[in-house]
Amino acid sequence: MKFLRGGAWLPPTVFGAGALGLWELVLWLTDPEGFVLPRPSEIAIALGENVSEVWMASRVTGFIILSGLAGGVVLGAVAALVVIRFRTANETLTPLAVAINAIPIIALAPLFNNWLGITSPRSNQAVVVLLVFFPVFINTARGLSEVDDEQIELMQSYAASDWRIMRTVRIPNALPFFFTALRLVASLAVIAAIVVEYFGGRQDTLGNIITQNAQFTRYDVAWAAVVAGSIIGIALYFAALIVERLATGRYARATAEA
Amino acid sequence: MAQDLVLEIAGLEKTFNPGRSNAVTAISDLYLAVRPREFVSIIGPSGCGKSTLLRLVGGLIEPTAGELSVNGRSAQEARLGRDYGMVFQAAGLLDWRTAIRNVELPLELMGWSKLRRRKRAKEMLELVDLGGFASHYPAELSGGMQQRVSIARALSFEPSLLLMDEPFGALDEMTREYMQTELLKIWRETATTVIFITHSIPEAVFLSTRVAVMSPRPARIAAELPIDLPERTPQTRDTEEFFRDVSLVRRTLRSVEGQ
Ligand SMILES: Nc1ncnc2c1ncn2[C@@H]1O[C@H](COP(=O)(O)OP(=O)(O)OP(=O)(O)O)[C@@H](O)[C@H]1O
Ligand SMILES: [Mg+2]
Repeated sequence: MKFLRGGAWLPPTVFGAGALGLWELVLWLTDPEGFVLPRPSEIAIALGENVSEVWMASRVTGFIILSGLAGGVVLGAVAALVVIRFRTANETLTPLAVAINAIPIIALAPLFNNWLGITSPRSNQAVVVLLVFFPVFINTARGLSEVDDEQIELMQSYAASDWRIMRTVRIPNALPFFFTALRLVASLAVIAAIVVEYFGGRQDTLGNIITQNAQFTRYDVAWAAVVAGSIIGIALYFAALIVERLATGRYARATAEA
Repeated sequence: MAQDLVLEIAGLEKTFNPGRSNAVTAISDLYLAVRPREFVSIIGPSGCGKSTLLRLVGGLIEPTAGELSVNGRSAQEARLGRDYGMVFQAAGLLDWRTAIRNVELPLELMGWSKLRRRKRAKEMLELVDLGGFASHYPAELSGGMQQRVSIARALSFEPSLLLMDEPFGALDEMTREYMQTELLKIWRETATTVIFITHSIPEAVFLSTRVAVMSPRPARIAAELPIDLPERTPQTRDTEEFFRDVSLVRRTLRSVEGQ
């Protein structure tokens, strides 16, 4: 079993390595002017040369990503619980959430910068939180409400309270929905945090490294920052996956195999 | 009100969406009385209101009119007093709980200690021949096994009234007959009164001490037929008495539907 699951890593790794090799080979053979798209090896060298700058920026941007992600996920999940538990909340909160989702939130970044201060992390966090909130809210709410009627009636026949039904039936039912959203927003948060940094603010961020170096045609350094962002995104995705495995445990495996 | 009745229903009526254009009167002028330890099957045309009757008895929905008392109390009081064990057509197990933890569910809600409910749930699983499947998840069990877990769950807290809505409807013929024998065994071993809804005439005859035949919508109890089989073993199904009762129920059902 363990071995098999380890084997699942093999195809994407081989494919990834192959794609990088092909990228390197094509650029090496055609040798275009060189500054449009750097070769993987050039990016690796740039990353090596700027490792401390990229590392510091990853920490700054990573903090925005993590804190924004945590805030958005908690707010989204709590809002879903409240909305399902109290009908009046549903009637006010759901349209509000839909309205928030209709706003192109990243486009608000310059406004947030004005409101909350351009060098403050608050404006960046606010954008990430808002972006993360909606998918978590909608998915969790759906998982909490899409419950078998018979399971609810069964609980009622045991004289279970609404909170008890929430705890015993609705929340476990919503977990897979919640974790699907979590994996989705893990990548979304990385994109949001970096794009917000394109609008200015602190110098020592991944977004700023990308814009500054692209401006001066140092594409290899810009790409090195993109690689750092990707690594954060992949790490978060797998962290979400591990948390999901821990939370759903043997049940997830039992149903996956059945 | 007679104290020796588990269930007493008089003039019961249920109209869904009353006063609106989509109003449906599912049940009207229904009378039924059930004594302790009886096994009453309810049979009737599809859509006549059998499930509705069961949900009224279970206190899950409110009647539009009429009287309904369970052990001398209202259905709501009986529900809050946990008089009922319900088994629905679908097993209705919680997918993320193992078989044993599904059986423990009502005991958990009743505040039993972990040790005590583990022990009881184990006994109940053994009663339905699933002792070896305690730590399996529903997805790892067949439909018939899931239904047996659901029955074990309903019986675990010894409810005074067991309400079953076509519990074997989804099973194949062999599993179904096996489950019927098991259910009778459990019914004899516990002090439970059973109200059992079914579409199958032989099933109703084999299980019941009495068969109540419902009319088409709006439903009432059109006929009650006592079933007096000398014994109920798998061989009973091939006896003359059994065939006689089956055809009696069939003729009654036909005449009711023809009205
Ligand atoms: N919640 C509801 N709202 C409106 N109408 C309902 C509701 N539940 C049941 N009905 C109607 O009441 C009637 C009886 O339904 P019920 O489910 O009790 O039938 P049944 O005898 O159990 O049918 P079956 O044998 O198919 O299970 C049907 O016409 C149905 O449309
Ligand atoms: Mg029904």
